[in-house]
Amino acid sequence: MKSLSEIETLSKRASRAAGFSWGIAEEVGKSIRLLELFGLEGIKNLNEYYKSRSSNKFENVNLINENNNSGKFPFCPITLGVSFIDQIKNIEKFNKITFNKISYPLLILPFLSRSSEIIGKKIHLKFDQYEFLLNLNVNISSNFFNQGCPVITNGTEISILENKDSFSDQVWKNLYKLSEQTFVKESDSLKEGAAGAGLTDND
Amino acid sequence: MEVKLRDPNTIMKLSRLGSFHQSKLSFLRSFLDEFKDWEYKKDLFDLDKNGYGTAIYSFKKKERVYSLICFANKIDDEERSDRVIATKWDAAFTLHDGIPTKEDIERLKNEVPKQEVGRLSYKELTLSRANKSVRVFNHVVENLSNGIQPDLELLKKVGYLYRTTAVYGSGKFGLADRFRIKNREEINGPFRLEMMLVYLVRQFTFDQVNHVAKFKSPNTAVNLDPKICKKLGIGNSTGLGMAPFIVNHPTLLNNWIMCRETALKKIREIKKVNLDEIKLFKLSVKNSLKNITSWNTESDYQKKKITSLLDNVQKFIKFIENEFNFQTDYPFNDIYLWLEKEACDECIEYIVSLMMEPFNDIVKPLVSQMSSEEDQYFNIPTDRTVKDLIDIIEKRYPDILKINFEKKKNYKNFWFISQNKEEPRYANRFEEDGSELEQPLAIARDIKKLHDRLDVLENDLTIDKFLINNSDLRHVVRRAFIIEKFPYSEIQDNTIGEKVVPIDMLRLKLSFFGALKFDPRSDKWLRICMFQGAPLPQELKNYDQQWVYNF
Repeated sequence: MKSLSEIETLSKRASRAAGFSWGIAEEVGKSIRLLELFGLEGIKNLNEYYKSRSSNKFENVNLINENNNSGKFPFCPITLGVSFIDQIKNIEKFNKITFNKISYPLLILPFLSRSSEIIGKKIHLKFDQYEFLLNLNVNISSNFFNQGCPVITNGTEISILENKDSFSDQVWKNLYKLSEQTFVKESDSLKEGAAGAGLTDND
Repeated sequence: MEVKLRDPNTIMKLSRLGSFHQSKLSFLRSFLDEFKDWEYKKDLFDLDKNGYGTAIYSFKKKERVYSLICFANKIDDEERSDRVIATKWDAAFTLHDGIPTKEDIERLKNEVPKQEVGRLSYKELTLSRANKSVRVFNHVVENLSNGIQPDLELLKKVGYLYRTTAVYGSGKFGLADRFRIKNREEINGPFRLEMMLVYLVRQFTFDQVNHVAKFKSPNTAVNLDPKICKKLGIGNSTGLGMAPFIVNHPTLLNNWIMCRETALKKIREIKKVNLDEIKLFKLSVKNSLKNITSWNTESDYQKKKITSLLDNVQKFIKFIENEFNFQTDYPFNDIYLWLEKEACDECIEYIVSLMMEPFNDIVKPLVSQMSSEEDQYFNIPTDRTVKDLIDIIEKRYPDILKINFEKKKNYKNFWFISQNKEEPRYANRFEEDGSELEQPLAIARDIKKLHDRLDVLENDLTIDKFLINNSDLRHVVRRAFIIEKFPYSEIQDNTIGEKVVPIDMLRLKLSFFGALKFDPRSDKWLRICMFQGAPLPQELKNYDQQWVYNF
């Protein structure tokens, strides 16, 4: 089994050899390490993407807008991922960001995951029939599990989710009620000695 | 009184970093301190009459066990090489996490002797190999088998029976990644398990030499006197592989230096020093003279440094014995200021290390601050502005901005990874091919380039926009934001200029390991000795903390 350190080093060097700058190569190294740590096929997808670069063209995304159209060729997942993480504080204001075509979309996941941590919000990614929830770079929830990622997506949606509860107030109240059974009723004498007791808070 | 931390622009110069010495903060000393109350055992010693076979040593505490597995093999003299291109060694080692099963040992017997072309697993933590100093090993076997102890003069000259030629950890060749072990209570300092491996290898060399001597002449052989064992360490040949490490781990480098600087600052801020502390400091300085006078090297570069060090330390001893009054307020501040005025870099750093000896309460808490969670500082704060970045560069890299990279002499060399061994190398770009594959280690040149490019841009442009068209400088943009928080994270020198002495970078790292007797064999590799004078495993429970000066 390859260690994560080997995975990072190899991905970094291969990215440099594929024509990316050292700074971008460092980003790819960290990202592929993260994908493999989350149990996703980072090395396999990176290898296939770099092989395809010799015979196919890809568009680089520079400034990310709400709707991004690559034209004839699909977006490069590496430059898209790096631009996304670099611009996350600006694009956070968009509720939904769309890309028409992204090549090897699995490769953008770690960049979205790290972006989620930077802004402290969950990010939802949807392409084809697959959905991913990036949880502040702590984990990735998905209905996809190494089923063979598409080479090119036809339409990708990225949503920045506002921080809100995943449950209703009623559910919370029910559980709170149960938790109250761990509390002890305080006697009057104990109340008199508690912090702040006996003082006038208006003085 | 508040003493300021020393200026990174002075301390982080290569010539100064190349004058660093071991100290109480060094990793081999903090390793001994951490593992002193662990149970040491020789679990297996299955060697043939020539000393070839398998041995296992362990450290155990509660449920945790670390086992060193040693494989000693026969190699021909012509196969023995310290170079990284070697493929066979006298012995190969791995530190296994836990108690190895028979299957583990069989698996490792096939893999460990192959080193870089073998495969380890997440159950192994470190990997190493070593060659005999044949001259010394044979001499010791010969004498012991005849019932006499070896010639101390010869042993003193070399200092070890074996020297390692590499010690690997942190995920190399399939070894466990650092994240698997970093939260263990005992792993509270860098390179802890690499130090354990080297320490246990040292014990293996003593056991092996005794074993071979015994088989050579069962009736007359004696064991190597433990007092002599203590005077021996483990040698190490180190090449350029270490140099990129300190560039590639800026926050870790910062934390090492910051701890050293913090220790010095706190010691200088002590108003009154007690008699025991004074006595221990003076004794350590005087005893340490032996380490200088027994420091052998053929290198003219190092010989000059040793001569100057010896002169300066002798002058310093005269000063503290005859002129200096330790009863004065802030005595170590005065001592430091005297050193700055009167001593060479090598001596300043030597005495700085010695100043730590009496102050365990200052040094010990710093040991656990020497590691780094590097990933936390990887993201670039791209919402910052060009002005912010210019300010950081001008504040943190003042001398680097003065270097003229139009001049050939200032970019004469380049760092690359060799194809045959995947090891870092250093070459003249005007004489060798391959500079187009240069590694990103020319930080000074690239920082200067970054500054030049930023200088013509609008101050309020944000870094995310800057990076769109300047991806080639992304690696140094990241570094500049790191140095803003970590002032000692960068070497404040040009690592590709014609005057660079690459071994200065090795010396820096090795001093933090705790190495002694740096012996440069060229400007690109050197030999050192580790654990010379260190307590033997059975003495760990109660050992002399100043052993490094007392052997």
